[in-house]
Amino acid sequence: MTPGRWSRHDILDVDDWSREEFEMVLSTTEAMREVLDRPIKRTPVLRGKTVVLFFAEASTRTRVSFELAAKALSADVVNITSSGSSVEKGESLLDSVRTLQALGGDVIVLRHGSSGAPYFVADRVEASVVNAGDGWHAHPSQALLDAFTLRARLGTLSNKTVAIVGDVLHSRVARSNVHALRALGAEVVLCGPPTLLPAAWRCGHAPAGVRVETDLGRALEGVDAVMALRLQKERMSAGLLPSTREYARVWGITEARLAVTKPGAPVLHPGPLNEGVEIAAAVARGPRAVIEEQVTNGVAVRMALLYLLAGTEVPD
Amino acid sequence: MRIVGARVIDPTSGTDEIRELSIGDRAGTIDAAGLIATPGFIDLHTHLREPGFEESETIADGARAALRGGFTTVCCMPNTEPVLDAPGLLEEVRERAAAAKAARVLPIGSITRARKGVALSDMAELADAGAVAFSDDGAPLQDARLMRYALEYARATGRVIADHAQDAVLAANGVMHEGEASALLGLPGIPSAAEETAIARDLALARLTGGRVHIAHVSTARGVALVRAAKREGVPVTCEVTPHHLALTDDWVAGDRTFAWDRRNGSAAAAPYDTATKVNPPLRPRADIEALWQGLRDGTIDAIATDHAPHASTYKDVEYDQAAFGISGLETALSVLLDAAGAGWIDLGVLIERLTVGPARCFGLDAPSLARDVVLIDPDAEWTVAIDALISRGKNTPLLGRRMGGRVVAAFVEGEQRLE
Repeated sequence: MTPGRWSRHDILDVDDWSREEFEMVLSTTEAMREVLDRPIKRTPVLRGKTVVLFFAEASTRTRVSFELAAKALSADVVNITSSGSSVEKGESLLDSVRTLQALGGDVIVLRHGSSGAPYFVADRVEASVVNAGDGWHAHPSQALLDAFTLRARLGTLSNKTVAIVGDVLHSRVARSNVHALRALGAEVVLCGPPTLLPAAWRCGHAPAGVRVETDLGRALEGVDAVMALRLQKERMSAGLLPSTREYARVWGITEARLAVTKPGAPVLHPGPLNEGVEIAAAVARGPRAVIEEQVTNGVAVRMALLYLLAGTEVPD
Repeated sequence: MRIVGARVIDPTSGTDEIRELSIGDRAGTIDAAGLIATPGFIDLHTHLREPGFEESETIADGARAALRGGFTTVCCMPNTEPVLDAPGLLEEVRERAAAAKAARVLPIGSITRARKGVALSDMAELADAGAVAFSDDGAPLQDARLMRYALEYARATGRVIADHAQDAVLAANGVMHEGEASALLGLPGIPSAAEETAIARDLALARLTGGRVHIAHVSTARGVALVRAAKREGVPVTCEVTPHHLALTDDWVAGDRTFAWDRRNGSAAAAPYDTATKVNPPLRPRADIEALWQGLRDGTIDAIATDHAPHASTYKDVEYDQAAFGISGLETALSVLLDAAGAGWIDLGVLIERLTVGPARCFGLDAPSLARDVVLIDPDAEWTVAIDALISRGKNTPLLGRRMGGRVVAAFVEGEQRLE
């Protein structure tokens, strides 16, 4: 594991990653899991480095996960949070970026409500930028932790089929998972209400290796794993859905619905959960759920990403 | 002024030959061997931003940028602040334009007061004051009944309604074409149907009233088909297309930088989410572009118009979904179009017709005369699209940094040389 082999300056998307790059992050994550299993969960590979967590959109889980990851690598961590869009605040992203550049910092972890914002930032700062979720576009570390979790359960992703169910249209988690799962050899089935699937994908122009279904029974038939997506309440007010009740009945992941998958197929959820809507409580707390493993693996994946971008020495 | 040795393309007579031209009263001779002389271009769709948004463009700079691009006449859109909805404002625009001594500027009046879509502007008075057409461009009129009345007034005043045909509810908060590229980029899309339904409405109302409707910047294959069928039926309709819709696919939002006629497909050459690619109507896929060219060649599309939409960097140097729509287009239009002609996508004579006689016909203007409004083009000159090279205050073009061919080297307006 030598950082020299990692050639990217930023992690903005996983859409153009090679299989080797995914493998490299996943094997680095393996090493980081070992660090996390120690009594003192700390390795000095980022000592003297500064990681700036710039969260321009509300998020607790991802921010805390990155913070734990940075601290486990002995980096200094700076938090910049803000709610609402930059326009509402009267502070432009350009202004924030100039401040970030002046402050220095080796890695900027960015969460932003606008798709593409990490490209904007990466183009204007010297630090490495890690996309911690941008609009509907991408959430690379989530896709990587999902892939890591699935591999731990299934052994491999080659020739496996993963169903992603829910609000695909607005989901950066779904988009990044499509790229990651495909690159690692899996087939993907996307399922949700017709109004929450990208129109082009629903109408025969889905990416290669991706099948789109509106019928949950057909989507889950024989799959190796199921990923439920969070349903945002505002989708109802936008008229995209008749009712939450109908959604739960037709697309909610319940034990009965899971009967058609491969036996024991794991169930993932990026959190936070709307129990009783996109996932039944019995499933979320049942034996198939790997939601807590996802959280733990998330820290290890983020350690791996920070290490590959800014690490100078091999973990002890 | 005598112009000697130029290849003169005259769409009025349909001739294309090397001959001498005589322009205006001043003595002198220009040796124009190797150059192309054509009537000055007419842009039916220009945003000059003044009054109100002078950081993005002024009448003087916009009119100079127009000449640089070969346009000796521009029709300026009324979405200024205040909106051009009163005769005195039109007068003000014309005076400032005259002082600039660059391209001729013909103001377009707003259809509705303050472009609010609620009550008609004083259209008859605006027509008397020199409104060359009417448009609520940028805030397309949604109320079909009001559009009907506007077309009745347009008919009575002998003017045209230029409509940015788009269903605002269907377009909603979209920022690019709804298709495969938007699905991957995670950006809200504007479906083609938002344009198609609005064009269908406009055509029905033009048929109903006999008022002339001009479809601004048509961008979809079915939009072109609707106009073609309506023209065949005798509906009073004309339409325009922009150079950017003819050249750039929606893949440009994802970073592709190849023109539609370049066969090196899918080679991303820039970072995605460049806000210079954000324009309304949005850049469309290749199939639409091919239909636009078909429509341009067969005459369904009467004119090429730039929809020159300059923006100060404040409005573009932001997140993609926050950025203003629009591309600064006056100075790059000709080079883009010559590139297409060079690739065999259109005959040069037809291209010049769609920049001169075609637009004049749309708005009922006099055809540009080779004795008064003339541009000289050096087809072999190369230049680089760069911030310093653009006269317009709007540097918002996805062509920045690109090496282009074809340059206007002289322009005459009303017999006077204003670009040399």
